[in-house]
Amino acid sequence: MIHFVLLISRQGKVRLTKWYSPYSQKERSKVIRELSGIVLNRGPKLCNFVEWRGHRVVYRRYAGLYFCMCIDEADNELEVLDIIHHFVEILDRYFGSVCELDLIFNFHKAYYILDEVLIAGEFQESSKRTIIRLLSTHDSMVEMAKEEATSIGNMIAQVTK
Amino acid sequence: MALSGMRGLSVFISDVRNCQNKEQERLRVDKELGNVRTRFKHEKGLSPYEKKKYVWKMLYIYMLGYDVDFGHMEAVSLISAPKYPEKQVGYIATACLLNENHDFLRLAINTVRNDIIGRNETFQCLALTLVGNIGGREFAESLAADVQRLLISSSCRPLVRKKAALCLLRLYRKNPDVVNVDGWADRMAQLLDERDLGVLTSSMSLLVALVSNNHEAYWSCLPKCVKTLERLARNQDIPQEYTYYGIPSPWLQVKTMRALQYFPTVEDPNTRRSLFEVLQRILMGTDVVKNVNKNNASHAVLFEALALVMHLDAEKEMMSQCVALLGKFIAVREPNIRYLGLENMTRMLMVTDVQDIIKKHQAQIITSLKDPDISIRRRALDLLYGMCDVSNAKDIVEELLQYLSAADFAMREELSLKAAILAEKFAPDLSWYVDVILQLIDKAGDFVSDDIWFRVVQFVTNNEDLQPYAAAKAREYLDKPAIHETMVKLSAYILGEYGHLLARRPGCSPKELFTIIHEKHPTVSTSTVPILLSTYAKILMHTQPPEPELQNQIWSIFNKYESCIDVEIQQRAAEYFALSRKGASLMDILAEMPKFPERQSALIRKAEDAEVDTAEQSAIKVRAQQQMSTALVVTDQRPPNGTPPPPTVGPLSLVKVPSETVDSDQNPGDQGLTQPNGVVYQEDPQQPSQDIIGDLLGTLSIEGPPGAVAPLAQSATSEAESVPSAADAAALVPVGEESGSVQPIGNINERFYALCLKDSGVLYEDPNIQIGIKAEWRAHEGRLVLFLGNKNTASLGSVQALILPPTHLKMELSLVPDTIPPRAQVQCPLEIMNLRPSRDVAVLDFSYKFGPTMVNVKLRLPAVLNKFLQPITVSPEEFFPQWRSLSGPPLKLQEVVRGVRPLPLPEMANLFNTFRLTVCPGLDPNPNNLVASTTFYSETTRAMLCLVRIETDPADRTQLRMTVASGDPTLTFELKEFIKEQLVSIPTAPQRPQGPTAPPPQVAQIAGPPPAASQDPGALLAGLL
Repeated sequence: MIHFVLLISRQGKVRLTKWYSPYSQKERSKVIRELSGIVLNRGPKLCNFVEWRGHRVVYRRYAGLYFCMCIDEADNELEVLDIIHHFVEILDRYFGSVCELDLIFNFHKAYYILDEVLIAGEFQESSKRTIIRLLSTHDSMVEMAKEEATSIGNMIAQVTK
Repeated sequence: MALSGMRGLSVFISDVRNCQNKEQERLRVDKELGNVRTRFKHEKGLSPYEKKKYVWKMLYIYMLGYDVDFGHMEAVSLISAPKYPEKQVGYIATACLLNENHDFLRLAINTVRNDIIGRNETFQCLALTLVGNIGGREFAESLAADVQRLLISSSCRPLVRKKAALCLLRLYRKNPDVVNVDGWADRMAQLLDERDLGVLTSSMSLLVALVSNNHEAYWSCLPKCVKTLERLARNQDIPQEYTYYGIPSPWLQVKTMRALQYFPTVEDPNTRRSLFEVLQRILMGTDVVKNVNKNNASHAVLFEALALVMHLDAEKEMMSQCVALLGKFIAVREPNIRYLGLENMTRMLMVTDVQDIIKKHQAQIITSLKDPDISIRRRALDLLYGMCDVSNAKDIVEELLQYLSAADFAMREELSLKAAILAEKFAPDLSWYVDVILQLIDKAGDFVSDDIWFRVVQFVTNNEDLQPYAAAKAREYLDKPAIHETMVKLSAYILGEYGHLLARRPGCSPKELFTIIHEKHPTVSTSTVPILLSTYAKILMHTQPPEPELQNQIWSIFNKYESCIDVEIQQRAAEYFALSRKGASLMDILAEMPKFPERQSALIRKAEDAEVDTAEQSAIKVRAQQQMSTALVVTDQRPPNGTPPPPTVGPLSLVKVPSETVDSDQNPGDQGLTQPNGVVYQEDPQQPSQDIIGDLLGTLSIEGPPGAVAPLAQSATSEAESVPSAADAAALVPVGEESGSVQPIGNINERFYALCLKDSGVLYEDPNIQIGIKAEWRAHEGRLVLFLGNKNTASLGSVQALILPPTHLKMELSLVPDTIPPRAQVQCPLEIMNLRPSRDVAVLDFSYKFGPTMVNVKLRLPAVLNKFLQPITVSPEEFFPQWRSLSGPPLKLQEVVRGVRPLPLPEMANLFNTFRLTVCPGLDPNPNNLVASTTFYSETTRAMLCLVRIETDPADRTQLRMTVASGDPTLTFELKEFIKEQLVSIPTAPQRPQGPTAPPPQVAQIAGPPPAASQDPGALLAGLL
């Protein structure tokens, strides 16, 4: 299973973290520190796997952003590499040629999208179309609620003035 | 760039991004945290929109790595919001901020459950996702049934069901009992017929988890897995959206093949044939193409297929195809595939018959050892380590050595450990082994652990042929201008022991040896100095006739260190100085070290225990299964008469301590000397009659004798006082009648008590067997070796040793052989760990068969409380504050003890010292009082200081007041009871032989009321036996 997912920028900034195994706050910071040290220092044209504390970390770099997933030694590394790329393709389709800034300002959406790809550290859905369809339903629901809320909010504001 | 649609949040994120440095960022974040905190405080005034916004901000700050110690409650409370946008924020934020152990999560269980069983599909999805990602045991217990229902419900859409499948997987991992096998196996099989590939993928993940624990129950799923695989691999009716770079869902293919690997075989011939057809297609039809993503996907499937083929141990044809493929992979440029090729080749080593084919690729693998990528180098190292055997050890080890100087620091330790192990296991000859280790120390001294050079010392000590060679080699290295400290240690040790064997060679006279070793002296640390001192003492001893100049030189060094601050050095210096003036006795004491008992290589054990990141476990297991080279079997390891080895074989002690000689005298050859008086052995007519009667009574009172014997024995007792000779005759009859029963030699209890005070000796002996013990204790751990020596010229069969440990000890006994050959001695190490303070005693249930007779004894093992004590001297400055801070019960306990065996104070102090309670004179102004201190070690208490005070009454030596204090209530109580037991019964005093099943003596012989003896679990346990 995937124990955690980590998105780190080339400068070492964390863009997304998701933990499927229970790590305490302290452990989380330590893991991030250790792994960014290892992954960011790896040169180009090396393999996409790093051995770390009895686990394998599968990572791939897209522009300035490193996508890392930590798995067990016995897991299939390439399968996880496919998951990373699949996730990136969905982000790309959703945001329309995604860039790091999209993920910074819409980090909460990135979390939501990830939840459609992985649950319990396991792969959930391989159809990009299904996921994109779900995401737009989700967006329209939020949009609808917002409109509703604004109108009610205005009314309340006027009454309580 | 898509906007978040939340202005406040976007502004904040921009602000943080615009910060010039970390300091500014912290200020901005702190300001925002303050803001959010006040807002949350006046929660009432917050609109749902605002609340949502602040929770997002909090999450963002948290993600930046700042501590967010508030607001969790707000995030959790949003889960119960009625509207989707808020609820969704609540679910996502909670899943990010908390983990399964968080208390707040419990608050949400009900709301989450309501969402799961509710009608709103979107809410169901949110709730299932949360539980799937961070649900813990409690969730498993309260929600598993609901989740199962959703998964198999026909009215739920795939959207919900696929999430339910993975959610159930999580709950199953947290508590396997929630998935009831009986009811579920059929449902699982039905789920595999699912047409929706999303649901099928998730269900397959669930199946993998289920079969990994219990494949038996899920046999019915096997053919369905094969069907699924066929459907995918033949590319039939798979919706376009479920192909990935033209490959039908590689994930589902991988998962399905993973599930199949948990079934031991595929029995049905038809299923098997279809499966192999698919596998063949995958193996043959995958090529390396230009597109990276397509490559990754197709090879993910290919490597899983390889694993499945290896597992099914298919027809030879397929297997050789796999090896051929792997051979191709380890030579390609694509680094991922090379990495996986090496890794899978290592796994392949498990399969027999392919090793020779793999060996053909040795050159290619060695090339990978020099790859720029450390991940690949690690795999190559592991593979080389795994494929090494007697035939290629020389090449591989030399390759590793060569690579060592160039290797990066991250790998050197692993590399040297592996090289050392391979050299040890597969050495074609011993001198080569010594060469390798010396080179290893020379090239990577910092990474050569002590275990490695200790091992060399053991081999050299145990192999006489090797000694001159090793000494000469060690001498050679000393000529180098700069050598590593480990090399100084090793060469000093070897030259001290065996330097005299080189005496006639140039540059090897005692004087020259001393000079060249002493040259290194200024550069070494305190851990090496003691070794050097021992070496000097040995050189001095070997200098015959003595050279006054050398003698003076060495004496002046001893003199100098007599005032050294390091106790070990000081003691050695003082002792050697004194000894070296005694002449002849020096020869005895500094004689060559005896041979080491053969033991499992500490290196291999270390490698087995090692963190998984240093070594691939599988490879080590392969190693363990393979046969060792015979070159390194320690020759003549067993001393001629099966002597238990001397107690201190620590590589640092070069001197036989006189007491060892005494201990090692207790061997079968000398048993006549050490046989205690209380021997009950029917063939020995010379025994004092009282002892026999005593023994009979002892046996009677506990076990109850055979009816016929009882009156006879009783009459014997009554007669015993008046007419000893008659009693003698009478007593011998019943004992003799029990023909065939094997009686112990010596008193078992005495032996036990003696072993409580020392670390080696005989635990049990009878005409057939002798059980010796040698123990080493370090803090809360101990290692006890049982020496089972067969005294007969026939084998002992059905040997069984069972340890019955008390709850506070963790004990692991290594395998005990079923038979002990004639006149042989086997050693069984027993690892002990002390978990918490207790006086309970472990019992060894030992049995064997000699001829038709089955002998069974239950022996208490001397892993008692005082073994986990370490003497410590405390100064008044340390003692009194500590004594005062432990103010009263339960940490400090006081008791007046009566019925104490009268002892002069110095003798009592001695007794304390033998139990490793250091008596600190001068702390108590009253000369009738004793104060002692010690450190107790256990896993729960760790090292804990214990203080003891005894106040005696010079007028009445049979009573005293005792106060015991420590930082742990149980420890205080147990230690107090322990000391009391020692004071009221000195076990060696009265000779009272007892059978193997007798209770400890104090039950019988305490004059006064035995304090707390009835609650004493140790006594109770022994009494039960």
